[in-house]
Amino acid sequence: MAMIRLEALGRTFEVGGQQVRALDQVDLTIEAGEYLSIMGPSGSGKSTLLNVLGLLDTPSVGAYWLDGVNTSTMGDDQLAATRQAQIGFVFQSFHLVPRMTAAENVELPMLLAGIGGAERRERAHRSLAGVGLADRADHRPAQLSGGERQRVAIARAIVMQPRLLLADEPTGNLDTGSGAEIVRIMETLNERGLTLIVVTHDLQIGERARRRLRLRDGRVVEDLRAAQA
Amino acid sequence: MTFGDCTRVAAGALLRYPLRTAMMLLATAIGVAAVLVLTALGEAARSFVTDEFRALGTHLLVVLPGKTETTGMGPGLMAGESPRDLTLDDARAVLRSRAVARVAPLVVGAATVSFGGLERDITVMGTTAAMVEIRQWRMATGEFLRDQDWDRASPECVLGDTLRRELFAGLQPVGHWLRVGDRRCRVAGVLAPQGMSIMANVDELVLMPVAAAQQLLNVPGLFRLLIQATGRETVAGAQRDVVRILKERHRGQEDVTVITQDAVLTTFDGIFGALTAALAGIAAVSLVVAGVLIMNVMLVAVSQRTAEIGLLKALGASRRQVTRLFLTEAMILAACGALAGLVLGYAALVLMRALYPDLAFEPPGWALAGACLVALGCGVGFGILPARRAARLDPIAALAGR
Repeated sequence: MAMIRLEALGRTFEVGGQQVRALDQVDLTIEAGEYLSIMGPSGSGKSTLLNVLGLLDTPSVGAYWLDGVNTSTMGDDQLAATRQAQIGFVFQSFHLVPRMTAAENVELPMLLAGIGGAERRERAHRSLAGVGLADRADHRPAQLSGGERQRVAIARAIVMQPRLLLADEPTGNLDTGSGAEIVRIMETLNERGLTLIVVTHDLQIGERARRRLRLRDGRVVEDLRAAQA
Repeated sequence: MTFGDCTRVAAGALLRYPLRTAMMLLATAIGVAAVLVLTALGEAARSFVTDEFRALGTHLLVVLPGKTETTGMGPGLMAGESPRDLTLDDARAVLRSRAVARVAPLVVGAATVSFGGLERDITVMGTTAAMVEIRQWRMATGEFLRDQDWDRASPECVLGDTLRRELFAGLQPVGHWLRVGDRRCRVAGVLAPQGMSIMANVDELVLMPVAAAQQLLNVPGLFRLLIQATGRETVAGAQRDVVRILKERHRGQEDVTVITQDAVLTTFDGIFGALTAALAGIAAVSLVVAGVLIMNVMLVAVSQRTAEIGLLKALGASRRQVTRLFLTEAMILAACGALAGLVLGYAALVLMRALYPDLAFEPPGWALAGACLVALGCGVGFGILPARRAARLDPIAALAGR
């Protein structure tokens, strides 16, 4: 069974009294463990697709099956619980809470899940060590470089051991060196079985993915699979 | 999310904006302190007045000539116009009731008192020996008026403490002769300082036998009868007896008003209780204003922290959890504000007690509990709207910072 299945999925917004189709008739199947990049010009619907996949947005028409469950049947609480357990997010602008240390930021999803303090600290430490930031645990975001902040965000995204990691322009605010480091970390996670979906403008990063989706005007216009290396 | 975690996160958010948090705490604290101080003022006034009335004596009834339709401080108590005077015989007749322990007839008027070269305008009160027991006055020196035939206008008097100081500075007044109006009288004793009382300032009185005062002031009738019942439970019976006896004596006309001390106390208690409640209400308004301020600032906080709220939702926070976080912030503000208000209020009360040691500034328990409850209620009530708004934020828009 496919992990993700989209059927004739559409998402329309109303902008200034006009219907805008951000996604139009998207059919897509993604297997667990895939490494997928979504590319396309601005306004092609890639961010909307990522938001729908991450259950932050709901489709206007069509169906989204996640692990065989139709997500349109889920209530608000169930969507939140699914995000919490299954999905990790990495954003272009990191979205760390400035008043919290790196460790506290990583602990945040566990705190919302009601995991006890001792276990939280232990897992946050392990997760930070996994992205090479064990010695930065007590630093606040303002004391960290851009690349380090994004690594904290990745540590936070994977600390609940999700099956799906969604990254929206994860290297957009980083220099080339830091960006390459972030991509390497995410690819390592993918090699261990995490399904990775990256939205990017950057052709170099997008072409590293084994499967490349190109969107235009809300439609999937290209779905390329690289030959297995 | 456990309670402790929720509180820690909310407190962390509050500490991020110390000035804003301090301002909201101050607003709540002032509201709570205002309730405490104002109700303490009202209570102090109430206990002052009721204590004064209680100090008149116990199980008291006051008979005044004339009939008023209301009880309490009617115009009759001030003016006392009457078609038929109360007389000393009326006073004697009242003693026939078995419910009556003592009767003191009263005549009151203004006169000039002089001793040596000193002269002073004072209030003369004509009464009998029973008065000292009814009012429970203490003597500083000498004796009170002798227990004698009420019709005897013996030339003796008793002075209040202020008069002793002003007329006999340094001198022992007992045995000296004073001139009061056109009469001379010997000082039999001096009252210990009594302070203000509802009836008059006792310290500035000259007391003399009732018949002497009637002659001096040239009044045939009595101003009041002060009656002491035999006990608390006989007050009502005494009142019935007094009305019946005086009605008989006044040819079947009920032309006197009998006021019981309990009725007056109850009335004053009621009046001042209402006053305290009104003050509490006014102060509570300031608490509600503080609540509105909390709401306003929380709404600003929600719009400042949309990105954080969006993030929480992306990380799997349910609407309920987001609501809880923001409500907890409001509750922490309200609770800390209430606590600060208690400290502030009690500090103010300590100051007030130091300035006015005679008054008992003590906020009633209901005001204490009420102020804290209203503060917390405002925290929850006015915190709900911002918290709901936070919970309903669209995570995508919030994350985009729109």
